[in-house]
Amino acid sequence: MRYTINGKPVQAEVDVRTSLLDLLRDHLQLTGTKKGCDQGACGACTVLVDGDRINSCLALAVQYQGREITTIEGVGSPTDLHRLQAAFVEHDGFQCGYCTPGQICSAIGMASELERGVPSALTEDLRLKEIDLSQDEIRSGNLCRCGAYNGIVDAVHQTFARKSNNIFAKDAAE
Amino acid sequence: MIEFRYEKAKDAASAIQMFASGDRAHYLAGGTNLVDLMRENIERPETVIDVTGLSQTIEPHESGGILIGAAVKNTALAAHLGVRERFPVLTRAILAGASGQIRNMATVGGNILQRTRCNYFYDEAARCNKRDPSAGCDAIGGFNRTHAILGASPACVATHPSDMCVALAALDATVHLEGANGARSIKLIDLHRLPGGRPDVETELVPGELISAVELPPLLFAANSTYRKVRDRASFAFALVSVAAALEVGEDGAITDVRLALGGVAHKPWRATVAEQELRGAPASEETFRRAAEAELKDAVGLRDNAFKIELTKRVIVNTLQKLAMAPVAVL
Repeated sequence: MRYTINGKPVQAEVDVRTSLLDLLRDHLQLTGTKKGCDQGACGACTVLVDGDRINSCLALAVQYQGREITTIEGVGSPTDLHRLQAAFVEHDGFQCGYCTPGQICSAIGMASELERGVPSALTEDLRLKEIDLSQDEIRSGNLCRCGAYNGIVDAVHQTFARKSNNIFAKDAAE
Repeated sequence: MIEFRYEKAKDAASAIQMFASGDRAHYLAGGTNLVDLMRENIERPETVIDVTGLSQTIEPHESGGILIGAAVKNTALAAHLGVRERFPVLTRAILAGASGQIRNMATVGGNILQRTRCNYFYDEAARCNKRDPSAGCDAIGGFNRTHAILGASPACVATHPSDMCVALAALDATVHLEGANGARSIKLIDLHRLPGGRPDVETELVPGELISAVELPPLLFAANSTYRKVRDRASFAFALVSVAAALEVGEDGAITDVRLALGGVAHKPWRATVAEQELRGAPASEETFRRAAEAELKDAVGLRDNAFKIELTKRVIVNTLQKLAMAPVAVL
């Protein structure tokens, strides 16, 4: 099975029962992606496939051959943080940190959905082509057991909200 | 999970061929339900045929209808501008279901064929007539807050979990099938079965038959349609009760046409035909909506924990129709 993972070609031969999550963690030593519930409920295993966020625990690795996969290891590094990672640090977007890789990959996937105009369940007018980050509902697929949601929301808004809707825009202007 | 052979089909014809020649074969799409069921050993296929290579196109027709390939992702369908303009109820129903991650994986065909989330179905230590048709049902008399109030049987009180299907039921969707004996079509509302004595047989599909596409016929007034879902938390939870509705009111204030379907209340997406009959031609008033809801729920039966859903369903029907009557545009 061949993949492109964090920009590099990767080859792996694993049992067809292997999830994409187990392939990453147990066979490729990419342990940044976490296993929480292993049934698609908690979002700790979120990775990006061709830019789209998915639950890698529910994905059979064999189905994702040939695809471009981005894990938290491909988002940033300790010396070169992604701006969302920096915002998580700034806003205390975590305590134990276990959900953080999934939160960050999910938020990056969410930002690309907003770019493409994918609406949320709470979008009032579906005819609008531009969708704002007005509803945090679109990240309900990621749980934080520590309850660091306030910091997570602040970090995501600071990084991705459009200016007109950015709760930090006023501060920035001052 | 037991061992299985994996094959990837390039189209419907090759998938059907692979199914016919495989042992204990099962089609696999996004995997968000089937992989979980395989891990729990509830589904034990020996041949798994990946059908995510089927059509992913969404084709709006000039007539107003839309043809949707079976492998279209839930996110892509919800985000499609033609769907949002013509059938907002469908976009709202899809976005009310699951999470962003799951909607990116799940396909239209897989959403239709997903299985119940009844806890007793997933619990191998419990008795379940879906897993073993003569075992009995531990949901009846057990914890059954999320279970059916309409069309249930002494064998099974499970509900169909899909939100998308409730919208498809309201919109008179047709499901296109392909199988060893050729192609055929079936109305979405006729695809799923009520449990009766065989809750293990959930659809009218014959073994090896595959959903190739879903077609929405033109329905101009569905531009004024919406989906209301009531659940135990505001997002990422299955419906206690949901209502998909489209409403057209004439200048004299009378209802000229209506589509109504219910989710979370039955073993299948529940088209509310009795209510629709009460509504057509009647004044678009709270009184009419309440009368129609009462008529639809006349035969509803509550279990130990879910009797509240009978009144709740009526209220959600009334509330949803009131909103559509007041704001004839694609708003919440």
